[in-house]
Amino acid sequence: MSERGEWPLYEVFVRSKRGLNHVHVGSLRAGDAEMALRHARDVYTRRNEGVSIWVVKASDITASSPDEKDPFFAPAADKVYRHPTFYDIPENVPHM
Amino acid sequence: MTTSQAASPTTSPTATPSEQDLERHFDEIIARDQRIEPRDWMPDGYRKTLVRQIAQHAHSEIIGMQPEANWITRAPSLRRKAILLAKVQDEAGHGLYLYSAAETLGADRTEMTEKLIDSRQKYSSIFNYPTLNFADVGVIGWLVDGAAICNQVPLCRSSYGPYARGMVRICKEESFHQRQGYELLMTMMRGTEEQRQMVQDATDRWWWPSLMMFGPPDHDSPNTAQSMEWKIKRHTNDELRQRFVDMTVPQAEALGVTLPDPELAWNDERGHYDFGEIDWSEFKQVISGNGPCNAQRLAHRRRAHEDGAWVREAAAAHAAKHSHAAVS
Ligand SMILES: [Fe+2]
Ligand SMILES: [Fe+2]
Repeated sequence: MSERGEWPLYEVFVRSKRGLNHVHVGSLRAGDAEMALRHARDVYTRRNEGVSIWVVKASDITASSPDEKDPFFAPAADKVYRHPTFYDIPENVPHM
Repeated sequence: MTTSQAASPTTSPTATPSEQDLERHFDEIIARDQRIEPRDWMPDGYRKTLVRQIAQHAHSEIIGMQPEANWITRAPSLRRKAILLAKVQDEAGHGLYLYSAAETLGADRTEMTEKLIDSRQKYSSIFNYPTLNFADVGVIGWLVDGAAICNQVPLCRSSYGPYARGMVRICKEESFHQRQGYELLMTMMRGTEEQRQMVQDATDRWWWPSLMMFGPPDHDSPNTAQSMEWKIKRHTNDELRQRFVDMTVPQAEALGVTLPDPELAWNDERGHYDFGEIDWSEFKQVISGNGPCNAQRLAHRRRAHEDGAWVREAAAAHAAKHSHAAVS
């Protein structure tokens, strides 16, 4: 709770159906996590948009900063050998 | 990951890019038609414009619950009552999606509510008109939600990610709003002569205010050019208004009502309907607080906020007690 007595901000993640990941859908304010879940159900799943909801306090999320975008993701950029197309396999080899 | 926190808490280990570099990067993202996300650098004006627009939009959804809620207890059947409840609840949801989007820009939700009830932030002029008979519920769904859809569909491609995503959710739900209204009106039009009169009367009263929902004419809308450059807006007010008129005329014909504008006529040359002059002095009066229901709408919102204070405090106290219990 902030000094003004406000409810904290919760980020809401919804699994839309079995077999899919939870996806971020927005945020809401609630007194505690349990209330956040109930509110999330009413705000974000009024039409069967979800089978499962996660709520997490926004202040508990650590995020990468867009300022350091290039160096932060650089390790992934120069490793072409992580992709299957990097490897030459003769056409006559099946199921590769 | 996108969080709703606008402020960037970390200090970058790399050299801080200059303001010019940041602005160039921002402009490139806009030019490539990509989305700006909450933690990206953005010009102050862009942030301010968005906060103003999104807050105003959120307030409109929240205040917009009132005219229709007026009829929930008096809906003529359980079916209509259930539909109307669901629709009004959706509008609350729309307000909440939008407050959530505004918070990603650093706006504070409580502060926005305070600004609304102190008249420091605006909401759509349309909700300052009274709902006098049950046909108003149908006409609001048909015309007011119809105009809102016209406005909102292009906003699904707005350059600010959280706003655009909120609009996608909203637009999906608005289609039900418009259709239930039109279906209600069709039902009344198949009824008695008196019921048909009610539909015509409601149409007469809501038509012009609906056209005003698109905002002042382009030559009197100083912020439009910048908003379009930033791709916050995708069309001018007059373009959207014309689109709405063109869409609505055949719907009125199918329904069997007359739109209250003697100048309304198809223009073959333009490929659009011509329509009469809007009374902009009325618009200005309503926007500046002198519409038929401005005082009532704000007083109601203020009362709801104040009456809810003990609930907010009790929930906060409950949460504090339980987090203490968890620690000890
Ligand atoms: Fe809405
Ligand atoms: Fe609506």
